[in-house]
Amino acid sequence: MAVFFKKTLAFARTTTFQLTISYTVVFGISLSLLALFFYWSTIGVVVRETDRIVEEEVRVLSKVYRERGLDWLIKTLSVRARLTRKMLYQFASPEGQPLAGNLKSWPVSKSDGDGWVEFTYVLPQSEVVVPARGRISRLPDGVQFLVARNIEEISQIKNVFERSLQVVISLTVIFALLGGLYMSRRVLRRIAAFTKATGEIVDGGLNRRLESRLTGDEFDVLAEHLNEMLDKIESLLGTVRHVSDNIAHDLRTPLTRLRNKIEVVAASSPESVRAELESSVADADELLLTFASLLRIARIESGTYSPTLEKIDLSVILADAADLYQGVADERNVVLVSDTDPNLVVQGDRNLMFQAISNLLDNAVKNSPSGGAVGLVATKENNEVRLKIHDSGPGIPEEEYDRVLERFSRLDQSRSLPGSGLGLSVVKAVIELHRGTLIFRNNDPGLMVELKFPLN
Amino acid sequence: MHLLVVEDDKDTADFISNGLLQSGHLVDTASNGRDGLYMATTGNFDLVILDRMLPIVDGLTIVRTLRASGNKVPILILSALGEIDHRVDGLKAGADDYLVKPFAFSEMEARVDALCRRTSPDGPETLLCLGDLEMNLITRVVSRAGSSIELQPREFRLLEYLMRHADQVITRTMLLEHVWDYHFDPQTNVIDVHVSRLRSKIDKGFAYPLLHTVRGAGYRLSKEQD
Repeated sequence: MAVFFKKTLAFARTTTFQLTISYTVVFGISLSLLALFFYWSTIGVVVRETDRIVEEEVRVLSKVYRERGLDWLIKTLSVRARLTRKMLYQFASPEGQPLAGNLKSWPVSKSDGDGWVEFTYVLPQSEVVVPARGRISRLPDGVQFLVARNIEEISQIKNVFERSLQVVISLTVIFALLGGLYMSRRVLRRIAAFTKATGEIVDGGLNRRLESRLTGDEFDVLAEHLNEMLDKIESLLGTVRHVSDNIAHDLRTPLTRLRNKIEVVAASSPESVRAELESSVADADELLLTFASLLRIARIESGTYSPTLEKIDLSVILADAADLYQGVADERNVVLVSDTDPNLVVQGDRNLMFQAISNLLDNAVKNSPSGGAVGLVATKENNEVRLKIHDSGPGIPEEEYDRVLERFSRLDQSRSLPGSGLGLSVVKAVIELHRGTLIFRNNDPGLMVELKFPLN
Repeated sequence: MHLLVVEDDKDTADFISNGLLQSGHLVDTASNGRDGLYMATTGNFDLVILDRMLPIVDGLTIVRTLRASGNKVPILILSALGEIDHRVDGLKAGADDYLVKPFAFSEMEARVDALCRRTSPDGPETLLCLGDLEMNLITRVVSRAGSSIELQPREFRLLEYLMRHADQVITRTMLLEHVWDYHFDPQTNVIDVHVSRLRSKIDKGFAYPLLHTVRGAGYRLSKEQD
């Protein structure tokens, strides 16, 4: 039920659906205006004609009363009442007591503002109840008389008209809604296909393309343009990958040679020079390691890294990482406490995940003072794994949270410590690859890094 | 040992083969993939050292071809493509080990020794011995000079790996890959603390040290003294 509501809501939010609704409303209003005009120019004419006849009769009868008096009026009225079946004439006392005429009873309905009254009466000899419309006139001596006309035919036409109008309007609304539903479904399906495809592309499936139906509609044009764009991006990325792989090969190979030559020379050098040469080798190694980290981040972020995605148990990886860093923590007199739920199975690349967690643990242990503590807490919450790594070091100022994730960014306080400034960039790239999130919090004192991964 | 080195870069090929010749190995070289594949299939080598990016036929194709034809010769891939996914690709193709350029010669030599040792079938061992150090793989009891030593599970695995590769230089990366079973680049030398802790348990208070640090390379478990 909740899912249904959610779906309905999502559907009601679509542009096409809203357009359909507005269209239906506009269409409904114009249809009503049309019906009104039609009514006014057909049935309206007949109604107005009836009213005119009644008014004319009232005028004539009033003239009779003025010129010949009440008795003559009653006589005239009675004669006319006998001669017609369409027209109704009735006399009544000031209290509404019928005195003469072809109506058996005085109508009880109240008149409207203009003195018109609509009522029903029983046709003589047929027991059929029919509607009538007329005017009541009050004479100076209190006696009142009614002139009305049988409007059975008009009201029948009116009824037919109203019923047809109802049917037409409901059909219009139903068709407009169904049409809108169908159209927005159709559009939605294509947009959903686009969304799915672009989502896959964003996740690194750069060879994916949007589907074109070859009908040449707007969606096909859009799809073609997007596909052309993707072709360009892919070829550019291919170039980047090619270049970086070549850099890896062409630049690192001579660097390797240089490094190895120094190493060979160092082995046969006197002790005094050897230390210097060995530290040069170490420098070259560090340079190459930085270079490797940069390439790794670039490859993960561009989606060209092909991770070995499998079901991995984060609790095992965390235990291994904690085990590996336990020694360093002990040596620095830092307590390393880990508290993880079992079976935290996520989809991921175990080596990359281990790299990310070990980078974070490395930072936490390195930054905690002697006697400090580092905590590693992992829990299963709803549909995600929540992992917190907190230390008791100097922490990171809040305004620097975003900057420390950038490449080569180092806080002033840690410039003297060894490191390339790439550790957290690697972490960020790895976490994004795993559809996880990374949040920094103030552990007061120290830093708390909170990671979230979707459970498998 | 008779080794085949397939490497298109002449300097690197010379560096490797000279080093291996000095350590007493017999070395043949090939400078492109086609020659390398031909020599590997026709010659009888104890180990093939293979560059991943080679002219004509690339390294991974050579590995797959050899493995598909049932050739079980140990293969060590050398490559400047050092990312974890590259390494996993290489190992999945059937290589036994993967070494990323740049490498120290000592690191390569350690891996070559480990791979050559692996081919000599010892049968399932139940007892590892080195001097007066004994490790029973069934009861998981470790003792030196008759007195038993308490080891944590990870220390046990560390010592087991070192004993299985006794008298060889074992690098820190090899320990990370084989004892911790993760391919990654540690930011600090996390291994050293574990080794020194193990050293204090197996060497402290005994007649002579077994666990030696090899400067610039790694560690060696040996009863020979430097």
